[in-house]
Amino acid sequence: MSIRHSLLALLQDQPRYGYQLRVEFEDRTGSTWPLNIGQVYTTLDRLERDGLVSNDGGDGEGHVVYSITAAGKAEVQGWFASPVERSNPPRNELAIKLALAVTLPGVDVAAIIQAQRVASMRALQDYTKSRRDTAASQRPGDTAWLLVLDSLIFQTEAEVRWLDLCEARMVQLSQTAGTHSAVRKTSNGVTVEEAAPLNAETRR
Amino acid sequence: MSVQGPRQVLELAKVSRTFGRGATAVAALRDVDLTVSAGEFVAVMGPSGSGKSSLLSLAGGLDRPTSGGVFVESTPLAGLGLNELARLRRRAVGYVFQDFNLIPTLSAAENVALPLELDGVQAKKAHRQALDALRQVGIPELADRFMDEMSGGQQQRVAIARAIVGDRRLILADEPTGALDSTTGHGVMEVLRERADAGAAVMLVTHEARHAAWADRVVFIRDGRIVDEAAAMHDPAMLLARTGL
Repeated sequence: MSIRHSLLALLQDQPRYGYQLRVEFEDRTGSTWPLNIGQVYTTLDRLERDGLVSNDGGDGEGHVVYSITAAGKAEVQGWFASPVERSNPPRNELAIKLALAVTLPGVDVAAIIQAQRVASMRALQDYTKSRRDTAASQRPGDTAWLLVLDSLIFQTEAEVRWLDLCEARMVQLSQTAGTHSAVRKTSNGVTVEEAAPLNAETRR
Repeated sequence: MSVQGPRQVLELAKVSRTFGRGATAVAALRDVDLTVSAGEFVAVMGPSGSGKSSLLSLAGGLDRPTSGGVFVESTPLAGLGLNELARLRRRAVGYVFQDFNLIPTLSAAENVALPLELDGVQAKKAHRQALDALRQVGIPELADRFMDEMSGGQQQRVAIARAIVGDRRLILADEPTGALDSTTGHGVMEVLRERADAGAAVMLVTHEARHAAWADRVVFIRDGRIVDEAAAMHDPAMLLARTGL
């Protein structure tokens, strides 16, 4: 998340002081990504150093007010005009966990998938409920929060679908493993019990 | 005042259903325990062939379990003869299917009134109740329309109206959004949710997480067994803690 660009965009709207920026940011994103006030001040210092904002001095009540410079406006325009950079590929703890689980002996992958499915489903239920409640209240200021919730709903749904796919793949794998071991039994006439790293247990 | 929890509308107790016999027998459901109370929306999720449709058929008395008991509003379905079972289905249970199952030569109101009329309710009264049900699903103005004059989403609302008409408190929905685009599907889930909030017991069978997410409880079924359950927390603080970076 670019705090730097978010603060600049808010300053393009009107000059503001640090605390106002934090409140505005959290209001518009439904407090989904809480901002630390220290982060806000550090970022403002850097923006001033880079000539993107100017320090307008105090407002008489002890707040230091910042406004955006022409260079800052160009920066915001550039930010809005370019797609968000995707880290390549985005770090995904769940994908890493599953990738390791399927390659290590003695890990119950099906159980990992199911535990995650329950947690993801619960999150999806909560987002859906929150979206319904927010939409029902019909406050004009909630539009931004609804967009954030939609995004969370889509992401979580994708996660559940991906888990379903992982599970289906594992069932396939275990079936293939079963076939292979059966073939081996008939070809050398010896009973081999080894081949099924993803055994029937994964099909629960 | 009663100190009991919400009234149980549907109860499945140790229900098993096996098709075939001997070596070729297939267990579609094994020892399933499940209840749905008034005002509760329960979603059953599972892959194809996991037993979720069998579960719905048993819950609605369309099929009988090999063992275990199914109770609708405390009535054991096993004790009912075919005629009694048919009557209970007409009076207490409403179905919503993927392909609507509406009769094209009848208007929306006539479709909705049909189960009441089959049950011997006088035509005028049945029509009045049908209009009430159509109002509850948000389409009172479409009462005189025929199926080919309505969109898929509108037809599904008629099907939901038919499922709730009269005093039926149990709605069983089998992939009701399967034939609809996602925005229309969203509208159908909204109606089911509203019916549950208004006091109906709703059981939805689906493989779509985004639809199951409208439920109070999500039950996961695998190979005929209930393996897990997720209940919404509805706790804003937890919601935010989870999304916080």
